[in-house]
Amino acid sequence: MSMLHAATAPVQRPRHAKLLVLAADGRITHTERARLAHVLRAGDLVVANDAATLPASLAGTHVSSSAPIEVRLAGRHTLRVDDVRAFSAIVFGAGDHRTRTEHRAAPPPLHSGDALQLGPLRATVQRTLGHPRLIELSFEGDVDSIWAGIARHGKPIQYAHVSEPLALWDVWTPIAAAPVAFEPPSAGFVLDWSLLHALRARGIGFATLTHAAGLSSTGDAALDARLPLDEPYHVPQHTVAAITQAKRNGSRVIAIGTTVTRALEHAARSAAFEHRARRGVLRAGDGVADQRIGPDTRLRVVDAILSGAHEPGSSHHELLKAFTAPAVLQRADRALLEHGYLTHEFGDSVLIERVPSAAPTRSIDAPSRLALLPQS
Amino acid sequence: MAHDSLYGGLRVAVTGGTSGLGLALVRALHARGARVAFVARDAARVARTAASLPGTHGIVGDVAHKGDTHRIALQVHTALDGLDVLINNASALGPVPLQLLADTDCEDLEAAFATNLVGPFRLTKAVLGALSAAARSGRPARIVNITSDAAVTPYARWGAYGASKAALQHLSRIWDEELREHGVRVLALDPGDMDTPLHALAVPDADPAQLKRPDDAAREILQQLAASMPQLAEAT
Repeated sequence: MSMLHAATAPVQRPRHAKLLVLAADGRITHTERARLAHVLRAGDLVVANDAATLPASLAGTHVSSSAPIEVRLAGRHTLRVDDVRAFSAIVFGAGDHRTRTEHRAAPPPLHSGDALQLGPLRATVQRTLGHPRLIELSFEGDVDSIWAGIARHGKPIQYAHVSEPLALWDVWTPIAAAPVAFEPPSAGFVLDWSLLHALRARGIGFATLTHAAGLSSTGDAALDARLPLDEPYHVPQHTVAAITQAKRNGSRVIAIGTTVTRALEHAARSAAFEHRARRGVLRAGDGVADQRIGPDTRLRVVDAILSGAHEPGSSHHELLKAFTAPAVLQRADRALLEHGYLTHEFGDSVLIERVPSAAPTRSIDAPSRLALLPQS
Repeated sequence: MAHDSLYGGLRVAVTGGTSGLGLALVRALHARGARVAFVARDAARVARTAASLPGTHGIVGDVAHKGDTHRIALQVHTALDGLDVLINNASALGPVPLQLLADTDCEDLEAAFATNLVGPFRLTKAVLGALSAAARSGRPARIVNITSDAAVTPYARWGAYGASKAALQHLSRIWDEELREHGVRVLALDPGDMDTPLHALAVPDADPAQLKRPDDAAREILQQLAASMPQLAEAT
């Protein structure tokens, strides 16, 4: 059977990028992705992740063995800019991104207390996290010098399928702000200022949240099974207000990418858990998304997702099953294949509308139930 | 000071922040309680300036180098936890001593444009996400491009500088048109002839007493910036 092909050129908005639209009724249409604003409706609210991507790949040495290593920063428990010492990270041995991650050499055995020299940065292994290559590390030095070291020495995480090395400007979306993502929130590559202008002109709202998008793949089956790692996020008060207004108006919330979906659904779930009597309350502020989204997930906030085209079986693809039935998704997958859609970060896109929940007693779709909570 | 409540907590980044007008702006903003990050090329001077103004954040980088742009943007964001105002102040004079245009090497013209036009363009693009996020939160998002009367008046021997500043001024006007719907405003401000290292390079025999002091120019720039931020002015 033929396969979907990966986009290999690091162009965020190829002129002829395609968009497959899968409506709630199962209808599939194809259009140019640049026409996204014309596919949406007045009153819709587009929510994007404004995280900038960290240069999370740090080359260096494991000091006691002098072995060359590559450390890929993979997670942090907070978005705070002044809390930058502790990261979880995945460690590779000799070699670089031109070797597929699954064929990369293992690092030397890593133990608590081991020193790592990563360019100007000095770090200590705090502990391994249930896997010999997954560690928690701690940087030495003051906050500004750690950030300067990451900024100047780090490189964006590279992909073997992309034809040339990626620079930061390749992986920052046009709206990139807080540098907290470990890999780019690549669904946001679709956004440029012309599209934002078109949304505004058509009466479509735009809001952002910040979500620390984590690694998508490590090349290690045992590690990949643990992805996505916990991801901190922040939902601003004005974004909650815009979502609440859209729900009141019966308008749709369009999530740009899986990270936005994960953050919003986590924020709604946390709020619902704390306020049982008021299901569907969405809370502004900080959280840590630790849930998996899949076929059994009941979506509370997001009505449609714009996502890259993903291979069946990937965790991104699993998430799409929360939006529509597996059989419908299979039809979309066949259409992607037939029409030559490209996958991965720089590929084509799909817009999938959620099939409305059939169980009204559990539904929070009733717009009036969605209310604002004060920021915690 | 009257401006304290206006600038207190405002997140401002200044390029070329270790000498001349840039340093005066960093000092004035710091004195008014703003959160300040500044950028300059020389690591030792950056460290000295940061040490002399506790709480400010020094970033080593050259806005004329493409490879530095996103590194600077990243450090600005982490130093200030976001950004409200970017002041593109770093400037290059072009060939020294000043040359007639016909005697100016292409490379010198390009270098002036790299610092005075392309650098501010790139850095602005790299922080536009942060500025528009500030605007969505109801904060004033501003870009100040420091220009010159040489951008308007065709002074002989000021070709590289004057042409690059004229381009920066027009870039500012177009960008202001395009960004205002996102709540981001772009100002081009002329500080006047100042007693700065750049002016000394250009006009070595000028009488400093006839020139504006950078501190006075900085105060005027901050007044003009404040006037463009009605939501803050009303709060004072």
